[in-house]
Amino acid sequence: MARQVSTRRKLAFTALAWIVALILFFPILWTILTSFKTEQEAIASPPMIIPSWTIENYIEVQIRSDYFRHFFNSVWISVGSTLIALLIAIPSAWAMAFTPTPRTKDVLMWMLSTKMMPAVGVLVPMYLIFRDTGALDTVWGLTIVLTLINLPIVIWMLYTYFREIPVDILEAARMDGAILWKELVYVLVPMAVPGIASTLLLNVILAWNEAFWTINLTASKAAPLTAFISSFSSPQGLFWAKLSAASTLAIAPILVLGWLSQKQLVRGLTFGAVK
Amino acid sequence: MRLLPLLAGSMLLALAGSASAETITVATVNNGDMIRMQKLTDDFTTKNPDIKVEWVTLEENVLRQRVTTDIATKGGQYDVLTIGTYEVPIWAKQGWLLPLDNLGADYDVNDLLPAIRNGLSMDGKLYAAPFYGESSMVMYRKDLMEKAGLTMPDAPTWDFIRQAADKMTDKAAGISGICLRGKAGWGENMAFLTAMSNSFGARWFDESWKPQFDQPEWKDTLQFYVDMMNADGPQGASSNGFNENLALFQQGKCGMWIDATVAASFVTGKDSTVADKVGFALAPDKGLGKRGNWLWAWSLAIPAGSQKAASAEKFISWATDKAYLELVASKEGWANVPPGTRTSLYNNPQYQAAAPFAKMTLDSINAADPTHPTVKPVPYVGVQFVAIPEFQGIGTTVGQLFSAALAGQMSVDDALKQAQDVTTREMTKAGYIK
Repeated sequence: MARQVSTRRKLAFTALAWIVALILFFPILWTILTSFKTEQEAIASPPMIIPSWTIENYIEVQIRSDYFRHFFNSVWISVGSTLIALLIAIPSAWAMAFTPTPRTKDVLMWMLSTKMMPAVGVLVPMYLIFRDTGALDTVWGLTIVLTLINLPIVIWMLYTYFREIPVDILEAARMDGAILWKELVYVLVPMAVPGIASTLLLNVILAWNEAFWTINLTASKAAPLTAFISSFSSPQGLFWAKLSAASTLAIAPILVLGWLSQKQLVRGLTFGAVK
Repeated sequence: MRLLPLLAGSMLLALAGSASAETITVATVNNGDMIRMQKLTDDFTTKNPDIKVEWVTLEENVLRQRVTTDIATKGGQYDVLTIGTYEVPIWAKQGWLLPLDNLGADYDVNDLLPAIRNGLSMDGKLYAAPFYGESSMVMYRKDLMEKAGLTMPDAPTWDFIRQAADKMTDKAAGISGICLRGKAGWGENMAFLTAMSNSFGARWFDESWKPQFDQPEWKDTLQFYVDMMNADGPQGASSNGFNENLALFQQGKCGMWIDATVAASFVTGKDSTVADKVGFALAPDKGLGKRGNWLWAWSLAIPAGSQKAASAEKFISWATDKAYLELVASKEGWANVPPGTRTSLYNNPQYQAAAPFAKMTLDSINAADPTHPTVKPVPYVGVQFVAIPEFQGIGTTVGQLFSAALAGQMSVDDALKQAQDVTTREMTKAGYIK
């Protein structure tokens, strides 16, 4: 009897998990399906579920815009900003996790508070700085901006992971004669690999999807995939199928990355959740 | 082996050639005519081998935000901007645009349609060259009109439109008698409603910039619009903009649609299920001497911060010259030529034959007067907008109120009262009202 109840509960939870997953995935699925429709099918009412599987939208998107140039800009910007952010965040999070001061919590909150400011509020000063330093429409300029934007989240995440590591282990390393950088590189980092990996992946996703700064600070040379998508929305004329094709191409790499690294992501996000 | 030095030499020459070429960046919107221009860029670069063209295509609102930031800070990211008749007078007054004085000896500036040219000029100087122009007109289903036992006049009144909408509506068959913009935004429902209000004798401001939403003309306009749409409009009309109404009309679900003249080629094109059943008429009036049609032109301008003004002007001359129209016609046919900018196009028999809506488009454009948009005198320029920097914000807020009235979330009276209050507050803050 107990086994029956347990099996039923398992089935119910599995069904519920599938329903939630399908609801979450539905917008992406619909975008992918729409990308294989004609423009008329894309706006048909009632909506058409099964497309005619045309690839003309993908051909048109490639003819009108250089996907690979935008793709490589996205890769440089997201990976570059993530690596720089990690380089800064690991020592910062180490300091705050293992040698806290009475003000550590305030500093963390202050860093996070910068994320609460609407980006458009600092657009003009940022634009002027970029203009005067020649950073407008450059990959390096965007990399710096995205590093700074995501740094508070990276530090917060790493701080949370590092707090789960027993300080005794680091002290033991010190007693064995490990100097600071060896303690960081050979003791702390290997123990926090799941946390660092999930932080890295999450930050790459955040940087990949960032649209405000990447559109406002670029023109043609450094424009990433967010600008690529934006170019397919039209005020006059049908565009949903082409826009969906552009969106599918833009999200495909990050979807694949998330799929391949889901184990690390989940492991990292649940790191220290159960004691 | 002898080939090697030759190859190296030619590569060096090619490199030297590309190094000396000046690159101009053109910011534009994504619509059919602009995409066509992008595809024809080779014609320009062949004629001007010393100039290379980089394109930045953005969604209209993103483009507006992007180029406004760049031009206001003199960022110099763009050498040619695609802007509308709303921006040109404001930006020219600010000194943000360069006058187009050197479009070339062959550039026939007098051939530009006077209404469009006036909208893009300040103190007699042209600050942007029109790439394509549009007004608004009535597009209707001839078969449904006939079934309703009515004949659409060339110049209908609003009362006739209401009567026809009532008769053409067939809810059981999913046909709405009329489809109009309801989506909130200064360039969405407010473009339509401002133009419509002109024909009802309403105005945004009196001569001393006092908002006029508390006047009977605005009440008549909004009440007429809401009543007609509630009776004969499609479901969820408060979310419909140009594209949503276009889709409905193309699928045969609208009896009439009043919107941009540029839609004529879409509703008679290959994607339309009713292409052979569409008729055209001027925007309606109320017998007060003004019609409810607007005037808009996507135009090319040079920002004052550009370091490559001479090359940019050459490009603008190429893209807006008569020869460009002939180039498009030779590649894609006369029906695909960007409309609404040049008188000569409308005198061209080949264009008249290819575009049955040509005369109606020209008449609609000519009927719009940005300097005298409505019956009473006004202190501003613009038919479906008020050419002041504050209008984008105010227009969108008022648009949200009117859209809410259409959705039944508030009464017409409440929407007008709140519109009056918010506009008075913003205009006082901006210093127009002392």
